[in-house]
Amino acid sequence: MIRSHVLICGGTGCTSSGSPAIREHLEKELKRQGLDEEIKVVQTGCFGLCALGPIMIVYPEGTFYSRVTEEDVTEIVSEHLLKGRPVERLVYNPKTEDMPHGVTSLSETPFYKSQMRIALRNCGVIDPEQIDEYIALDGYLALGKVLTEMTPQQVIDVMKASGLRGRGGAGFPTGTKWQFAANNASDEKFVICNADEGDPGAFMDRSILEGDPHAVLEAMAIAGYAIGGTHGYIYVRAEYPIAVKRLEIAIDQAREYGLLGKNIFGTDFSFDIDIRLGAGAFVCGEETALMTSIEGFRGEPRNKPPFPAEKGLFGKPTIINNVETLANVPQIIVKGAQWFSSVGTDCTKGTKVFALGGKINNTGLVEIPMGTTLRQILFEIGGGIPGGKKFKAAQTGGPSGGCIPTEHLDTPIDYENLKAIGSMMGSGGLIVMDEDNCMVDIARFFLEFTVDESCGKCTPCRIGTRRLLEMLNKITEGNGTLEDLDKMEELSHYIIENALCGLGQTAPNPVLSTLKYFRNEYEAHVVEKRCPAGVCKKLLQYVIDPNKCTGCTLCARKCPVSCIAGKVKEPHVIDQSKCIKCGACMDNCKFSAISKK
Amino acid sequence: MDQVTVKINGIETKVPANATILEAAHAAGIRIPTLCYLREINAIAACRICLVQATGVRGHAAACVQKVADGMEIQTNTPGLRQARKTTLELILSNHRMDCLSCDRSPDCELQALAHEYGVDQYKYMGNENLKPQYERSAPHLVRDNSKCILCRRCVAVCGSNQHVAVIGTNERGFDTHVGSAFDMPLNDTACINCGQCISVCPTGALCERDDTHIVWDALADKTKHVIVAPAPSVRVQLGECFGMPIGTNVQGKLAAALRRLGFEKVFDVDFAADVTIMEEGTELLNRLQNGGKLPLITSCSPGWVKFCEYYFPDMIENLSSCKSPQQMFGALVKTYYAEKMGIDPKDLFVVSIMPCTAKKFECTRDNEAAAGVPDIDISLTTRELANMIKRSGIRFTDLPDEEFDPMLGVASGAGHIFGATGGVMEAALRTVAEIVTGKPLDNLDFTAVRGVAGCKEAEYDLAGTKVRVAVTSGTENAFQLLEMVRKGEADYHFIEVMACPGGCVNGGGQPHQPGEVRNFYDLRAERAKGLYSEDKKMKLRTSHENPFVKELYDTYLEKPGSHKAHHILHTTYVKRKVY
Repeated sequence: MIRSHVLICGGTGCTSSGSPAIREHLEKELKRQGLDEEIKVVQTGCFGLCALGPIMIVYPEGTFYSRVTEEDVTEIVSEHLLKGRPVERLVYNPKTEDMPHGVTSLSETPFYKSQMRIALRNCGVIDPEQIDEYIALDGYLALGKVLTEMTPQQVIDVMKASGLRGRGGAGFPTGTKWQFAANNASDEKFVICNADEGDPGAFMDRSILEGDPHAVLEAMAIAGYAIGGTHGYIYVRAEYPIAVKRLEIAIDQAREYGLLGKNIFGTDFSFDIDIRLGAGAFVCGEETALMTSIEGFRGEPRNKPPFPAEKGLFGKPTIINNVETLANVPQIIVKGAQWFSSVGTDCTKGTKVFALGGKINNTGLVEIPMGTTLRQILFEIGGGIPGGKKFKAAQTGGPSGGCIPTEHLDTPIDYENLKAIGSMMGSGGLIVMDEDNCMVDIARFFLEFTVDESCGKCTPCRIGTRRLLEMLNKITEGNGTLEDLDKMEELSHYIIENALCGLGQTAPNPVLSTLKYFRNEYEAHVVEKRCPAGVCKKLLQYVIDPNKCTGCTLCARKCPVSCIAGKVKEPHVIDQSKCIKCGACMDNCKFSAISKK
Repeated sequence: MDQVTVKINGIETKVPANATILEAAHAAGIRIPTLCYLREINAIAACRICLVQATGVRGHAAACVQKVADGMEIQTNTPGLRQARKTTLELILSNHRMDCLSCDRSPDCELQALAHEYGVDQYKYMGNENLKPQYERSAPHLVRDNSKCILCRRCVAVCGSNQHVAVIGTNERGFDTHVGSAFDMPLNDTACINCGQCISVCPTGALCERDDTHIVWDALADKTKHVIVAPAPSVRVQLGECFGMPIGTNVQGKLAAALRRLGFEKVFDVDFAADVTIMEEGTELLNRLQNGGKLPLITSCSPGWVKFCEYYFPDMIENLSSCKSPQQMFGALVKTYYAEKMGIDPKDLFVVSIMPCTAKKFECTRDNEAAAGVPDIDISLTTRELANMIKRSGIRFTDLPDEEFDPMLGVASGAGHIFGATGGVMEAALRTVAEIVTGKPLDNLDFTAVRGVAGCKEAEYDLAGTKVRVAVTSGTENAFQLLEMVRKGEADYHFIEVMACPGGCVNGGGQPHQPGEVRNFYDLRAERAKGLYSEDKKMKLRTSHENPFVKELYDTYLEKPGSHKAHHILHTTYVKRKVY
């Protein structure tokens, strides 16, 4: 008889901070204390609150332990699991204004309270390596329903009515995409799951694959039925080993249960899925490049049209849906289009998963209804900026998104609104910047990424983004001119309008949005040769305040290039021509006499 | 074919429903610039120079690949598009080594032409890379300089798709992307067949043949050398292009005159050796047919093809005719027959061939191509190299009188002339073999079934009761497909003509450059071949075996086709090669 369940996060974040060892230790300890018959340990997918990992939850009471270490395990077992006394020092118990003594359940924590979990519904809830757990939570109910009760067109109609749009970034209506593919007759049609998640900091697709792989398999089979598909491919990054392993397990289990393969649910419908590993090229997340890669060629985008729905993988009609998009599908079928479309804004239905990162307290994954404002995400769910620093900008949409300033924090999030303020939904990366971030440097950082990841096929992206980056480097090194700013703007618009694929067409967004909202920072770099945030090294100066300097000589001794001179007990001076701006002097000064400006 | 109505720059026009915007605009008299696009070879929409605005298309449309739709409204010439094209060119130039003053491609560089047309500011985005040449000079026929490469990838496409060779591709990515062999290994270590198709499609000076003209200049200046020259069949219908004459113009007379004025001792014609080839190869075919020899017999005139066969069909090298190519036969005859008749030591002879081909530069270095103990051919120049020599000598080519080739090795039949087009060798051989087998002259010498630019042609002829099935193919991808069928027993022929370059020598890797904007709308292969066939049609002497100088050669020197002596001088051997 099991009286308690201990859930331990087995997502990539908690795994790298040691959750597998904790689990192993826990199982041993339970056995040693004779509790292994009463208490079941379950490895789940990601809970979302990655900043607090490794995470452990004890049910039925729902005690949420954060930052658990191996050393804590014995205490948790003997105190909580044996004697029923939760280990208070490990319990995540944020105190809020409404609840000064801390929240009583996980769903009431500010982090989870405003979330609505559709795509992530099973993540952190079930053991992703057990198909029965997925089935127990209505898994494969949707597939059974479409195969036995619905025609393919009815399935597509439900998808259209739901208003679901592609969560990979472009936001194309999923039902319409399926309809195009369904309308094109062919002996073979393919369903591809795009799991080549490449935006730095975004990991919702990985978490879904790690925490709820069957939801994706089920959705692909549904899509296959709807379009007349014959085979599915999951294109997943090789850098996601846990996701790949769980997908392999899930595919095997689904085949064993007859949920993939021939004559699913005893019907005429046959559909199987294979995994293809990506080698980590960002551009392979672009659908045509992804297909080219599956075909065995160098991963480079192709011109559209022809669109994949017409001539896709191996020249056959193909639909490519992102992991998060697919994770919504089974529930839309089970709960109905109406239910789904009741969530969200006029033009964007449902929820969106964001990966919170950067200068924010609760880094992790959150799923919010469309229409939630950035302010709610950052300050209610995300817990605000660490160290009481001032918010400066939020970057959505990965490296090709734009930077959103304070004045747009109250914009309700949906595809159109984000585009209107110069950013984009992208796959849902959300990086927060505070007053210590230099926006020119931020633009340079993101552009450097896209320059690195450009495939090199088309001129605007191959050469244009590189030249743009060179101009940004010139500015951060203090050699920019006001003319460069106009030239950058002109070149950015050119690249957006003329690049072959989405990578190039969006690469200049960080430059344009920072130029739009933070032009003063650019001008400070160009005109005053000054980096207001104190980030751009070439524009920095470390100076010693002669009134505070006691002449202790410590800074001179710490300086790696010996550029600080001064007699004992007399104020020291830094030779700016030799200074390499390492900051060692300032870090070591005991009298706060050194500052950077 | 279904027609649709589109409006291009406000003008309504009817075009085929499957036309691209580029084709539709051309039909409407509007030119859209192109760089990476090349009809039937490369359609990857990468350079972005052909972008236009079209209703129903999100963003700008690449005219080279975007199909028209009924009612589509297309704009090709807005201020925004002109500015975008200018910026595209400025970006390309920012990463292009501009030694335009002396660049080999200066007169016909497609990038230079567009840069001029769009009035670019070549320094606007100037980077500090590619200031120095990045030469790849390992192969005997070509020099690649990636500092001038614009990554249009026409070379990659033609090498992979048309030639089935695929020894070049793109390495690395982003700004570091460059054309090269796998792992950037030297080209000469790959299975390159030296066909030079990559050179002929290159829009800039990134790919050029190895310039051997300095060796010829030196030989011409060397009083101890007896320097002899002869052009290949196709050269006479193409050299004119280098001097602004219409495609397909036959300049045989001016060609002979120019060569003489360059200072060559004797100006002969490789077409004569083509006639000799027919004698030898026709005899070989009859032998194999009558004596149960290895069939199908496959021609060996094209050194690119021979090398391809050695790489991809090493099991079939015995099917290759043992005949040397006309170039090598010519050189061998000069250094044996001519040398003997004139009493010149073969070592003092310097033989230059003018070829449509870059593989000929490799061919003259092959083993068993030295009948007199010295190389049959000393230097093989391309048509382009010859044009440069003519220009540098101050010869006003278009004003030259028409002159004749020197006799003895300079008179050829119409059969020899048509060697330059795909199907020409086959037709020449059929004329001779048919007349020999039947013992009477043919009523009609035109074997039209083997003519034309189709990638693969086949026909069956009844030669005095013997049925002979023949096939003609050009472009090594086509050859690969055909030979695979033969190898698998799915096709059965007696005689196959293969030319490495699509369309035969008229489209060889050493021929004058024609820009994409010409190649996309005119079939160079067909236009150039016309010049050869019309010359043949005009001639009285249209069969190789009736060439009096060929008869004299055999009567006074070689005895008969296929004789021991002929074998020693005019035949060669092949090797098995490994692709990897």
